[in-house]
Amino acid sequence: MANPIRIEYRNVTKRFVSGTGTNITAVEEVSLAIADGEVVSLIGPSGCGKSTLLNMGSGLYAPTDGDVLVDGVRVSGPNRHVAFMLQKDLLLPWRTIRQNVELGAEIQGIDASERRRQALALLERFHLRGFEDHYPHQLSGGMRQRAALARTLAIEPLVLLLDEPFSALDAQTKMVLQADLARTLATERKTTLFITHDLTEGVVLSDRVLVMSRRPGRIVEEIQIDLPDRADTFARRQHPRIIEYTRELTNLLDIGHQALQ
Amino acid sequence: MNTPALGRGVVMASVGLLMAFLAIWQWVPAMLNVPSFILPPPTKVWSETVRMLGTEKLLLHTGITTLEVVVGFVLGSLLGLVVGCILGVSPKTELVLSPYILALQIAPKVAFAPLFVMWLGYTVYPKILVAILIVFFPVMVNMLTAIRTVDPDLVNLARSFSASRWQIFRMVEYPMSMAPLFSGLRIAATLAVIGVVVGEMVGGNKGLGYLLVFGEGQGNTAMVFVTIIMLTLIGIAAYWLVVWAERRVLHYLPRAQHTMV
Ligand SMILES: Nc1ncnc2c1ncn2[C@@H]1O[C@H](COP(=O)(O)OP(=O)(O)O)[C@@H](O)[C@H]1O
Ligand SMILES: [Mg+2]
Repeated sequence: MANPIRIEYRNVTKRFVSGTGTNITAVEEVSLAIADGEVVSLIGPSGCGKSTLLNMGSGLYAPTDGDVLVDGVRVSGPNRHVAFMLQKDLLLPWRTIRQNVELGAEIQGIDASERRRQALALLERFHLRGFEDHYPHQLSGGMRQRAALARTLAIEPLVLLLDEPFSALDAQTKMVLQADLARTLATERKTTLFITHDLTEGVVLSDRVLVMSRRPGRIVEEIQIDLPDRADTFARRQHPRIIEYTRELTNLLDIGHQALQ
Repeated sequence: MNTPALGRGVVMASVGLLMAFLAIWQWVPAMLNVPSFILPPPTKVWSETVRMLGTEKLLLHTGITTLEVVVGFVLGSLLGLVVGCILGVSPKTELVLSPYILALQIAPKVAFAPLFVMWLGYTVYPKILVAILIVFFPVMVNMLTAIRTVDPDLVNLARSFSASRWQIFRMVEYPMSMAPLFSGLRIAATLAVIGVVVGEMVGGNKGLGYLLVFGEGQGNTAMVFVTIIMLTLIGIAAYWLVVWAERRVLHYLPRAQHTMV
């Protein structure tokens, strides 16, 4: 097989029992497959079950029905092939930036000098050289999120699950981080599921964009992004067809209609 | 404004305030014809201190009280820390033990002093026991709630790296609980003095609590004043020790988050 499937959701449904005892169906009958090195964005109204999908991918929640497979193996709990990153940086305040990046490797019992070497290389790549011995509170929001990204990559996962990682950043910082991420995903051929509510971000970073419906979340549309320069966000942003894709997504999400109501 | 100038200003203001306070205490009651056996002036308190150092073994009593406070505080805090951790990671244990813990927490701890004196005689042990009992709760409760309120996303992050239950506790929950633990220890430091003093007032002929009762029996207000001042000094020293330790342990927090009181 030239392009093996790295992560696959097969008819995945997730129901929660709410505090009052009623069932909430967060996602329903979701099927999707992401091939090796592919970047897929997931957009949809808030509360439609995007984070729930991601949590099932990282093995934190079990699906109520259906299966999640990573590299062909059914996910039955957290596993080292998958790493996630959230909007919150989740850096531990008592650890230096380097020690934070090493967290996953340390939990997995990797030799101290090896994980140090790797952490320093990642910090170098994400322009955090010189900050390795700083504590998180000494860094700006953008730098902290870079450190979180380095921590996610440090365990060398096959699949990255990113849940609105840049949505708390200011516009300029966000663009720089998107560029760093896009370059890294391309050079490392990382398979990625990227949740965002920023339509342009989804179009700029991805090979495909999936659109989810309101809860219970289902995948209602899939848009292939046929644009060059996935590794270079600044070049891709210049592309005139970006606007067509975002317009299409806007219509699909019914955002204009909602704004009028 | 530079820092040394600010520091000197603060010191001068503090000294000035102390002078004013002592001056008012010395002269105002006398002007209002309050007799000195009701409210002894500072000069009287000072001469009484000198007398007590000579004939009442003030330093010995202070030393004994200090020892009981330190031992009670350390043991009570350790016990609170350990039990708080156990109950924090095990909601089931907490559920089973909660009625007893609640009953003990509501019971006024100093009321146990006569009981302990009857059990353990006129020794240092009943005093230490009261201190342990009174110190235990704020530390235990703070530790318990701190562990329970750790951001679940942080726990999930560790879980996604395949952390064991013990690793989650050691690398996330426990260090995350240090700030609330120290708020508990600050309260505990002052409570330890209360516990010991009540124990000493109830039984025995050693310690500052005993001197309080003795001074009262003699109708010697100045002696009671001196003893109260010594007790306050012990409390302040204990409190500062906790603040000092807190600064060392929580060194990674921004400066502004550290307070003196
Ligand atoms: N642990 C949970 N327990 C109960 N309900 C949950 C839980 N996690 C998510 N939900 C519910 O599932 C729905 C989808 O949530 P989520 O996946 O966070 O949405 P999104 O990320 O798309 O905004 C929401 O209605 C939310 O209230
Ligand atoms: Mg979400």
